Amino acid sequence: MAGIDTTHMGAGTEEFTAEQLAKVDKIISKFKSKPGALIPVLEEVQDVCGYLPMSLQLRVAKGLGIPVANVYGVVTFYSFFTMVPRGKHVIRVCLGTACYVRGGQKILESLVGTLGIAPGECTADRNFSLETVRCLGACGLAPVVVIDEDTHGQMKPAKLDKVLAEYR
Amino acid sequence: MAKVNVTIDNIKVSVEQGNTILEAAMLAGIKIPTLCAWPEINHRPGACRVCVVEVDGQRNLVASCVFPVSEGMVVKTTSERVRKARKLNVELLLSNHPTECNVCVRNGNCDLQVVAEAVGLREVRFTYPDYSTAEYIDDSSPSVVRDARKCIKCYRCVTVCDEIQTASVLSPTFRGDGVRIGPAFNLPLLETNCTNCGQCILACPVGALYEKDDTDKVWAALNDPSKHVVVQEAPAIRAALGEDLGMPVGSLVTGKMIEALRRLGFDKVFDTNFTADLTIIEEGNELLQRVKTGGKLPMITSCSPGWIKFCEHFYPDLLDNLSTCKSPQQMMGALIKTYYAEHSGVDAKDIVSVSIMPCTAKKFECQRDEMADSGFRDVDYVLTTRELSRMIKQAGIDFANLPEGDYDNPLGEYTGAGTIFGATGGVMEAALRTVYAVVTGTNLESLDVTPVRGLEGVKEAAVEVGPLGKVKVAVAHGLSNARQLMDKIRDGSADYAFIEVMCCPGGCVSGGGQPIAPSNEKRINRAAALYKDDGAVQKFRQSHENPSVKRIYEVFLKEPLGHKSHELLHTHYYKRGTDLPHAHDAEFEVNDAKNKATH
Repeated sequence: MAGIDTTHMGAGTEEFTAEQLAKVDKIISKFKSKPGALIPVLEEVQDVCGYLPMSLQLRVAKGLGIPVANVYGVVTFYSFFTMVPRGKHVIRVCLGTACYVRGGQKILESLVGTLGIAPGECTADRNFSLETVRCLGACGLAPVVVIDEDTHGQMKPAKLDKVLAEYR
Repeated sequence: MAKVNVTIDNIKVSVEQGNTILEAAMLAGIKIPTLCAWPEINHRPGACRVCVVEVDGQRNLVASCVFPVSEGMVVKTTSERVRKARKLNVELLLSNHPTECNVCVRNGNCDLQVVAEAVGLREVRFTYPDYSTAEYIDDSSPSVVRDARKCIKCYRCVTVCDEIQTASVLSPTFRGDGVRIGPAFNLPLLETNCTNCGQCILACPVGALYEKDDTDKVWAALNDPSKHVVVQEAPAIRAALGEDLGMPVGSLVTGKMIEALRRLGFDKVFDTNFTADLTIIEEGNELLQRVKTGGKLPMITSCSPGWIKFCEHFYPDLLDNLSTCKSPQQMMGALIKTYYAEHSGVDAKDIVSVSIMPCTAKKFECQRDEMADSGFRDVDYVLTTRELSRMIKQAGIDFANLPEGDYDNPLGEYTGAGTIFGATGGVMEAALRTVYAVVTGTNLESLDVTPVRGLEGVKEAAVEVGPLGKVKVAVAHGLSNARQLMDKIRDGSADYAFIEVMCCPGGCVSGGGQPIAPSNEKRINRAAALYKDDGAVQKFRQSHENPSVKRIYEVFLKEPLGHKSHELLHTHYYKRGTDLPHAHDAEFEVNDAKNKATH
């Protein structure tokens, strides 16, 4: 299925430290039996572990007592959640209408070429993840690329190398 | 409830406040086309947009299946705007739906075909995506095939799986035009908590979910002169097959069914009702043994393989409560290749054992590792009612005008108690008749145990059984109802001696292999056919009175729960749990209640 790297789906919890897993369980128990718990739990768990592979989704489902199909449905619905490891820096390219007509797609293609990864993937050195978003509400700055918390407006493919250098 | 007055296409109707426009229109004699809505299970996602109507004062068209009526509302259902919108919406649904209608399993019984006709669609202007079938079709399960190419995202299967059956295997995943309905992590169905019940198939308006078709294998066996092909039919087949072949719902077609099977070329036509009677003897004795020896109570029935797998996944701690009896299908399978083989002199290796079931989970059940106690696969192929109906059509048999056939001996004779296994409460009723008679030496005052009949989700009854005193029993059908009883057992508040659980709502009469689509009306009518078979057709109404059952104990099994029974008629279960993905049967821990309880 597009966008999912199945090699990580079966990843066991062994890649997470005992400390991380203890935090995960604490998050689950903090929200357990509260309505609407799933999304905040997933947010915090992703914050602790970096991403939400199958093993963590099963842990959350079991912990909250809800079907794992529902957890997976939410994880795949929101672009914020990821099932593949995220890089140290997350690059989000806006492909909303305004950015798209002003060349967002070209910027994305350029980044795909430079980093050698497709949207949804992470570089081998785990430094960069590449994602696309649909409108960041900054259409006046189109086309927009957001890296971590920094917004880079009026981007051009030629300017990318210089911007990326700040994060290498 | 207050009434409100609405005008629909110039027809004035007074309807209850809170009703939807769709319901009001029905009262006005107007049938608005729908696709995703399924009011009987309160499923109204408003997703397909086929039922849109124009409401005065509303800027946009509204989905009539969810929009509530209000006083003075004026609705138009055939305005140009509505007609255009409906047509476009169906055209868009078809824009990424494969045009394989002629070879689709739902050809002629497809809601999408019906709405396309209802909105007058004659052309689809959009081209179809070039689907890769390998990516979209999941045929990992022996029971249920998913074809995501055909899915129209009506969410009916999701509601059935999540709310009615509480297996919660199917869920919407991803978003926008990428939405896919499927299991978590897009796992193959075989590796999930799927119970194989097939209720999703009954729910599907199109051909996105269907039974794995085994008719070709059965045709091949029938056409192979070296094979001796033997068939058994579950109780619920005779109450539903007729309606798939042009007869009224609730037609009891036992004789025509047997005749049709003979004409298809089966060498022997036995009847699962015989082993239903046998189940009552084994299970009744198991219950009495548990009561007398302080065994695990409440004891729970084990006829329904969807229920068994559900229990293995979600209640692995309560597997000791399950009766160790195999299902009637598997008892029959084990007897065909032992008792019948000896009786007839046919070598068991040449016998092909086929069963006709109202059930998709039976296809999984017959493939379970342990279901080979005869030394062979006890049951080789399972066909659903729909598949048998297909074979009858393929053979050009004029079903409605067939003469009445009769089953073969020694595994065909049955009582009314066996036949009512097909309706929820039937196993309990049959068991109470025999247990009462065995314990007290007299018959129940009335053999009709009506408190356990009908469609209420959880039914309870208490019967005074001589020296045993008051025996409390409960019956659940549909897995959400079963869950209620299981949770009571878990927390220690269940004071029943015996519980019947059927996986499917209404029991086997509305199993996942029965004619599409289901409704409570059909469940009631099909059950009525079985109660008619029990009350008015069969000579005997109690399993222990079945002459063929008496005979098999005399000449073969010797005694209930005896050595032979233990070997052929009882089984064990697996602690499957809910971790994903699921392993092969052999890798689970076995819960060997059989050896604990019967010997």
